[in-house]
Amino acid sequence: MAKSLTSYFDELRDSRVWRSIFRSGPGQSNLHHALVVQSNVFLHLFSVKARKRVLDFSVTWYLGALTFGAFLILVITGVLLMLYYHPAVPLAYTDMKDLQFVVSSGVFLRNLHRWSAHAMVLLVFAHMFKVFYRGAYRPPREFNWVIGVVLLLVTLFLSYTGYLLPWDQLAYWAVTVGSNIASAVPVFGHHIRFLMLGGNLVNANALLRFYVLHCMILPLTAIFFIAIHFWRIRKDGGLYAGTPTTIAEKEGER
Amino acid sequence: MANEAEKEKQEDPEGNLNRRQFFVRIGLGSLAVAGAGTAVFAYQFLSPNVLYEPSPIVNAGKPASYPPDSVTLDPATGIFVVRETQGFFALSAVCTHLGCLTAWKPDLGIIACPCHGSKFKPDGTKIAGPAPRPLPWLRMWLSDDGDLMVDRSSPIAARQFVRI
Repeated sequence: MAKSLTSYFDELRDSRVWRSIFRSGPGQSNLHHALVVQSNVFLHLFSVKARKRVLDFSVTWYLGALTFGAFLILVITGVLLMLYYHPAVPLAYTDMKDLQFVVSSGVFLRNLHRWSAHAMVLLVFAHMFKVFYRGAYRPPREFNWVIGVVLLLVTLFLSYTGYLLPWDQLAYWAVTVGSNIASAVPVFGHHIRFLMLGGNLVNANALLRFYVLHCMILPLTAIFFIAIHFWRIRKDGGLYAGTPTTIAEKEGER
Repeated sequence: MANEAEKEKQEDPEGNLNRRQFFVRIGLGSLAVAGAGTAVFAYQFLSPNVLYEPSPIVNAGKPASYPPDSVTLDPATGIFVVRETQGFFALSAVCTHLGCLTAWKPDLGIIACPCHGSKFKPDGTKIAGPAPRPLPWLRMWLSDDGDLMVDRSSPIAARQFVRI
């Protein structure tokens, strides 16, 4: 009489509530698996099928997925850090110190955020080199390379804006130097610096602007482009296997 | 019906717009105006009109508080007050390279930047490093109370001493 765990799960998936959410219902056929992917807003970004070969570690070293993993860690730890951090001049530094010494697990979350940030920059570059040296940027994937470059810039801007938030000497002078580099842009340089800092000095306005960029504008931009980046993998014929196999790839070769 | 739609797409031989083309142009034109307006509003909104930044004019205290032949840095205001035999002058302590705060090295007799290694003489002239320009001299005068005043926002030509 004892039912297996899978049959309970199948019963659950056949229930009215479950089917109202996930539609596809129980089943093990290839069609069913395809329906599960296609009818899910997140999964439908990805291909229904992939060649076994492209899932080998040696093909991608999983660098893109690892970068996305680092990004997820950064979003989660970042949102938690926001609960204790005030982006105001008299509080920012002490809040950062409180996170290190007073808040339970604060130092763990802060360090995880910091190390993941370093890791993400490293992984983005590694991913880019891997794609470049495998030639996976070539047609029909050239536009996804461009989106990747945008994501690299967003990652670097996220790193840079996050650098100011501890409001210590390193942060202050790094942003002073960085904003002066921005002002070296011909003609508009000083306007760019003024808009960036919200003033002439690295001060309260600059801290708030960098905070809003770091916690709202840049992460939303990143999520937007990551979604396109993933979707384009499917649209461009799946992950690059090393030799042109799809029609689009063969046309790109010509 | 198909013929009518086709007629609408055809260009008028006299170059007149048909109704659809006319409204498309009006629509695109309004979008362009709205886009330009949004850009102007965005720029204005992002540029603060009032800044709560410290005043560029600094009170550097009594001249007597500076010993003869001395270079004194005030890190809070980013200026050097230099006393030489010819008189006093104020030097910006903000490196002309990328804006770091320079420091006076009394044992070497130079001003040095910690960020990228620029070196200056105590009169601001550049000795070495990536800095493109010498440290600017700043307008300095004596207030009615006998205090040295410095205007950090007005650089002046070098070698204009305040004699007391």
